[in-house]
Amino acid sequence: MTKRQVSLRGKNILGLQGMTIAEMELILDSAREMKNIIDRDIKKVPTLRGKSIVNLFFEPSTRTRTSFELAGKYLGADVVNVTTSASSVVKGESLRDTLLTVEAMGVDIIVMRHEAEGAAEFAAASVNPVIVNAGDGAHEHPTQGLLDIYTIREKKKAIAGLKVAIIGDVLHSRVARSNIWGLLKMGAEVRVAGPRTLLPRDIEKFGVKVYDRVEPALAGVDVVNVLRIQRERQQKGLFPTPREYARIFGINQERLALAQPDALVMHPGPMNRGLEIAPDVAYSEQSSIQEQVKNGLAVRMAILFLVLMGGKDIETSA
Amino acid sequence: MKLVLKGGRIIDPSQELDIIGDVLVSDGLIAAVGDKIDEPGADVIDARGLIVAPGLVDMHVHLREPGLEAKEDIASGTKAAAAGGFTTVCSMPNTRPVVDSAILVAGMLQQAKEEGTVNVGVIGALSKGQEGRELAEIGDMLLNGAVAISDDGHYVESARLLRTGLEYAMMFGGIVISHAEDETLAGDGFMHEGAVSAMLGLRGRPAVAEDIAVARDILLAEYTGGAIHIAHVSTAGAVECIRAAKKRGVRVTAEATPHHLTLTDAVVIGFNTATKVNPPLRSVEHVEALIAGLKDGTIDAIATDHAPHAFEEKDMEFRYAPSGFAGLETAVGVILTELYHKGKLSINEVIESMSVAPARILGLAAGTLKTGAAADIVVIDLEKEWTVDSKNFYTRGKCTPFEGNTLRGKAVATIVGGRVVMQDGEVK
Repeated sequence: MTKRQVSLRGKNILGLQGMTIAEMELILDSAREMKNIIDRDIKKVPTLRGKSIVNLFFEPSTRTRTSFELAGKYLGADVVNVTTSASSVVKGESLRDTLLTVEAMGVDIIVMRHEAEGAAEFAAASVNPVIVNAGDGAHEHPTQGLLDIYTIREKKKAIAGLKVAIIGDVLHSRVARSNIWGLLKMGAEVRVAGPRTLLPRDIEKFGVKVYDRVEPALAGVDVVNVLRIQRERQQKGLFPTPREYARIFGINQERLALAQPDALVMHPGPMNRGLEIAPDVAYSEQSSIQEQVKNGLAVRMAILFLVLMGGKDIETSA
Repeated sequence: MKLVLKGGRIIDPSQELDIIGDVLVSDGLIAAVGDKIDEPGADVIDARGLIVAPGLVDMHVHLREPGLEAKEDIASGTKAAAAGGFTTVCSMPNTRPVVDSAILVAGMLQQAKEEGTVNVGVIGALSKGQEGRELAEIGDMLLNGAVAISDDGHYVESARLLRTGLEYAMMFGGIVISHAEDETLAGDGFMHEGAVSAMLGLRGRPAVAEDIAVARDILLAEYTGGAIHIAHVSTAGAVECIRAAKKRGVRVTAEATPHHLTLTDAVVIGFNTATKVNPPLRSVEHVEALIAGLKDGTIDAIATDHAPHAFEEKDMEFRYAPSGFAGLETAVGVILTELYHKGKLSINEVIESMSVAPARILGLAAGTLKTGAAADIVVIDLEKEWTVDSKNFYTRGKCTPFEGNTLRGKAVATIVGGRVVMQDGEVK
């Protein structure tokens, strides 16, 4: 690796809003090297041998948890998964006490997913291991934001000057927020569109362009990032029916044609096919949904590596 | 037992008094206010360079007794009051059980007499169990010592219930205090809805939820002729609504808290649970409207909404932590630092809104230094610099959004019924 001033060693990864461009670029560049490892026949490197990582998940998650688990294992770390149903949380233990218990076992990194906004900040203020936020409520999901930016950069070379449309439930989306902060910092034009009931009030104050309808938001964009619509939002009365959502806000081929011909289609998963995204869009040539999953692994490997080892050579052991 | 406060600047807006002089206290009453009072054998407090004023009255506190003593009790809460310069505090009825009957009011008053360091006024519930369904025994409570009626902590959702409560309370000269936030709009929110909530992803409690609730409550007061007091006003819209209603002659009064008058929702960034409160801390235009409302008399009183919680309750994820924090021991410092020293309020206006006005609204024999009145007095050092450290609080609620702030101005003595209960920060 080239020598850099910036280091993430010992730093908590809480969100992209608090991250500098240099830090983001360091992660993205390291992720490129990590991706080479994933493509190998034998993936394991000994870099994090002797280090331990706990995936502390207070919310159900398959892809993010698996991604972090494999990321740690490919780098040679010991990785343990703790989910709420299997822990003392169901017995009423406080978050602080759960964290202190995990800390006492000598772990180096706590990867945490929690339904409450700010839980990662709370963890970082409570215990010493490095905290990597794997999603806190509707606040941030920095590794998803970085893997999305990585995917865009890989396809489009540079972020600055790109037009990116984020479509759907921005209000409840940590993915949207991390994308917005990261993309704005790196110089993209960010547009959001969706039912007004699912867009945060005053979001335009951060320099995001807000659209009620998806068609003008999609006009000429380089990237379309489609957010997952949770069915419970409809039950809460935030939009009338899934049918109406799909008809008015769903991303289909006709609407996608308004974007640049080579526009990239992204989705953080899991998808509701036929609701927020049409199957023929999800599986089209323009879709990078599978690539996002692979890039997620690379980005998470990069983060685990950087927060423990700083900028040393990936291949050498600790 | 006699006491003379010598050489202070005596400010008593209840009689438009602002002089340098002495106050003589005898047998628990104000015996004389004037120049060069020398009383042989009397105890003397040197008040030169200090403000001598009617003891502060906080018309909105949560003493948590009975039932929630891990947060606070009458003993600890009234010690905190004394430390903060308050000589009377009025307790809200959202305890366990809820104070919704005359026997509970009497019990509170008895407990306050035995355990209390300062005077306690008891506010009774509007509805049984504060459940918002049936009227509590408002008449019996008001005839047996309750100073006001409120379902504070909850908005009275039913317009019909509030209407009957206002009509019922007015027969006994009682005032209804409203916690005005429409729950269907604000109910599942954790902070003010705006740019900061958009950034943090926390669900919002929009300002319009308070505007709507205040407007409805005022219309019902106007229709019934009853007296309503709007607790902890926090929005520009509510201020405007109250201002217009006062012009029409509606019997409406209002209070604002030190935190709503001085903090914005920006302090929520970082998810410190000490910034979580209902109504929520709002954006700067609301704060400015509140100060303007206080200045022009739309908002009558400053009240703390002192709402202590146990450490373990606030040591939580933001959305799970209860709302509210201690306020009695920071109120004077915060108001003097942010409003008086920044030229937004005169010291006379501060005393008016923190003592005279709340006493007047509730009809309490307090908030005055008139001869013959109970000797409830606060001595304030306008210049004293101090740093907020909740470890030193008398309240059990060691949680404040002002933690670590350096403040300028502090109560240095509190006298209740002629007895010095606090001096130089030490409660006796």
